[in-house]
Amino acid sequence: MPDNQSPELFGQTPWQTVGPFFHYGLPWKGGADLVGQSDLGARPELFPAAHYLLEQSRPRSKPPGDIIELRGIVYDGEGAPVPDAMLEIWQADSAGVYAAETEDAFLGFGRAATQQDGSYRFRTIRPGAVPGPGNSRQAPHIAISVFARGVLKRLVTRAYFTAAPENEHDPILARVPEARRPTLMASPQDGIWHFDIALQGPNETVFFDI
Amino acid sequence: MAHPPPITALAPQGAPLAFLREDPGQPRSLHPEYRSTVLRSPSQAPIRIPHTITELTGPTNWQALMGASLADLTTQHAAAPIGQRILVSGFVQDEDRRPVPNTVIEIWQANAAGRYIHVRDQWDAPLDPNFTGAGRVITDADGAYQFVSIRPGAYPWGNHLNAWRPAHIHLSLLGPAFATRLVTQMYFPDDPLIEIDPIANACALPYRQRMVARFDIGLTRPNWALGYRFDIVLRGRDATPFEDRAHA
Repeated sequence: MPDNQSPELFGQTPWQTVGPFFHYGLPWKGGADLVGQSDLGARPELFPAAHYLLEQSRPRSKPPGDIIELRGIVYDGEGAPVPDAMLEIWQADSAGVYAAETEDAFLGFGRAATQQDGSYRFRTIRPGAVPGPGNSRQAPHIAISVFARGVLKRLVTRAYFTAAPENEHDPILARVPEARRPTLMASPQDGIWHFDIALQGPNETVFFDI
Repeated sequence: MAHPPPITALAPQGAPLAFLREDPGQPRSLHPEYRSTVLRSPSQAPIRIPHTITELTGPTNWQALMGASLADLTTQHAAAPIGQRILVSGFVQDEDRRPVPNTVIEIWQANAAGRYIHVRDQWDAPLDPNFTGAGRVITDADGAYQFVSIRPGAYPWGNHLNAWRPAHIHLSLLGPAFATRLVTQMYFPDDPLIEIDPIANACALPYRQRMVARFDIGLTRPNWALGYRFDIVLRGRDATPFEDRAHA
């Protein structure tokens, strides 16, 4: 049998699920708090404290821009909450610049495990608009990866901000059938942006092939 | 209001204009033999989008995010863990064989008895107080990485009657951009459970075998640890990123 070292098999390493037991290996305390110091994002109650080897949350300076909360629940195809999912976000800063281009204190990356009720929560800032293909501009958005037991390869989606004027001309939203666009819209309620994710079913979230 | 960044900022300097797409070795989301995919895989096809600055960038300051490297999983507690000590070594590169330097690999695995240090794992196998099974390494300028661990055991799971996962190590990579994210599992050679494992076999042959490490006597350290080679290949650059090619 050929294996990892066989030249004739050279190519992309395949995706595999994170499985159900990733909590002591991936989501660290503070991973979901991009703007302050809290333990948001981790599930340390799922393993003994002596085995917490992940990063500890540290103080962060507040980046410019409006602090927001992004919250939601991950659902499966029967509408049951998914208690063992993990989300990652990637976003620009409030000026529309990604951290990879700057030495900015705002890193733009976050990670959160879902809770027993399927919920997740990020504290971040509202991103600015960013360049799009050609001369277009993309509306403010947060890119999201979803991982879970039963998810063989990460699912990619985006959270846009309901009523943002830039949404109308966003080149990515333009590729989504109008009837499904609402699944990509975070909606504001009491100062919190709500963004549920349905992995499957009638209100299935739009996922992107990147 | 802040000035919008110039369009030239579309891709960071030296970054590709697009990455290659999934190759045929990648699994489909729905693989009914792996039962948990049945209710957790989207029923609608994903919508193909061009790679924008969002997909072409990614976090690079991994240490500020995740902390210092933890490359030896056998020295994290009071004593050495029980099990066969192993050394896993390889290169992270892209499909054009360019090294991927300075990228983080996060590692997690079961102990030698096949038990995870996790409250949801309650099968009848012992925990090892000296083994957590979590670590991370960073690739060097050549894309090389190496870590020390113990060989994980196989374990039963509820997918079907008498289902056993082959021994495996979970590996998670960010790569240079949002588009290059990868989570995979490394398997061991000559493990009879690979043939009958629904998760490994979500990747069709021969591609499944890309995840099977090779034992290497040259890497093996006398009187200390068995060596396994495992190279990881992330997406390459798309030389002709005409975003509408597929929609023409």
